[in-house]
Amino acid sequence: MIAPAEFEFLRRFLKEKSGLALTDDKHYLLETRLDPVMRKAAIPNVAQLVAALRERGTSPLAEAVTEAMTTNESLFFRDKRPFEQLASLILPGIVSRRPPGQPLRIWCAAASTGQEPYSIAMLLRDNERLLGGRRVEIIATDLSGEVIDRAKEGLYTQFEVQRGLPVQYLLKCFNQEGDMWRINADIRSMVRFSRLNLLQPFGHLGQFDIVFCRNVLIYFDAPTKSDVLSRIASVMAPDAYLVLGGAESVLGLSTELVPGSQHGFYIRKN
Amino acid sequence: MKTFLVVDDSSVVRKVARRMLEEWSFEVDEAENGAVALVRCRRQMPDGILLDWNMPELTGVEFLEQLRSEAGGTAPRVVFCSTNNDASHIASALSAGADEYIMKPFDADILREKLVEVGLLEEEPT
Repeated sequence: MIAPAEFEFLRRFLKEKSGLALTDDKHYLLETRLDPVMRKAAIPNVAQLVAALRERGTSPLAEAVTEAMTTNESLFFRDKRPFEQLASLILPGIVSRRPPGQPLRIWCAAASTGQEPYSIAMLLRDNERLLGGRRVEIIATDLSGEVIDRAKEGLYTQFEVQRGLPVQYLLKCFNQEGDMWRINADIRSMVRFSRLNLLQPFGHLGQFDIVFCRNVLIYFDAPTKSDVLSRIASVMAPDAYLVLGGAESVLGLSTELVPGSQHGFYIRKN
Repeated sequence: MKTFLVVDDSSVVRKVARRMLEEWSFEVDEAENGAVALVRCRRQMPDGILLDWNMPELTGVEFLEQLRSEAGGTAPRVVFCSTNNDASHIASALSAGADEYIMKPFDADILREKLVEVGLLEEEPT
């Protein structure tokens, strides 16, 4: 059982490091997620873990605690609709407004183990005619270095490649390696992965035509959501789109972004 | 109510699949091999078929090739479900007319996703 003072410390620590808003009913989640971290670091209890974090807030241990609390569940073509709309409406519109040769830039802001950026890459490879020969840059970032390393590998279990991924894509875009499936090098080369904390500045990534930031804001409190949305708006081209998760919205959180005409897509306010 | 035929020589697999499908409101029938399945389909084409590969009488691929040449045989959405988990088997199944492919072992999440893929279920928001 985590003592109230320790829970409070960890709540503030996680909020500061990752934006995660931990509610009072999350004692059990905290214990479950921290247990493997403590075992790996040979720390016998939460009190000693908190003491170590107080002493050195930017240590590998601090990173391990932050990463342990993030949720990394992901699947290929998660919620199919945004991908269908991307191919049928969003891409043709953006491409028609860009001068020939200008690359299309897409950012997956919570890329997790890579299923989302690779889904976009496969979709674009399948719809190359929509791009009019232009280059595409897919930038994929995540808070967790561990999941980014996995994403770069592009190696998935039999279970993972059967959730959301049409079998035709499996045959076309993956190679079998024993019981695992690795995404082809040409698809992997379309995506650039790096580690990024959304609480830190990200202006250096440049300007984007489409930003996917799905199922991340749900873990933040309202002021953090507003701050992240405002900074995302600042890296969006004037006619760019932001894609949020099904349970997320900008309403009441952003003065710069408004719902677009497709569900889940948001645009900059003129 | 949409109808589903589960074709597998293992009664355990048929029972597990039936439970999942009934949970999603399908009317489920079973067949223990391809020959029995073909008789059922000639009587009434189901909306969906979950199809094993290695079975006595007719294999899954033999059944599927015959089904697709029958009157109305292109209508059922066919999801292969097999322990033949290599790319060449999957490609053969698609050539024979399968719409999707499940590599065993499978669970309810995978079956559900595949049925969404072939248009027999609506996607649930995640």
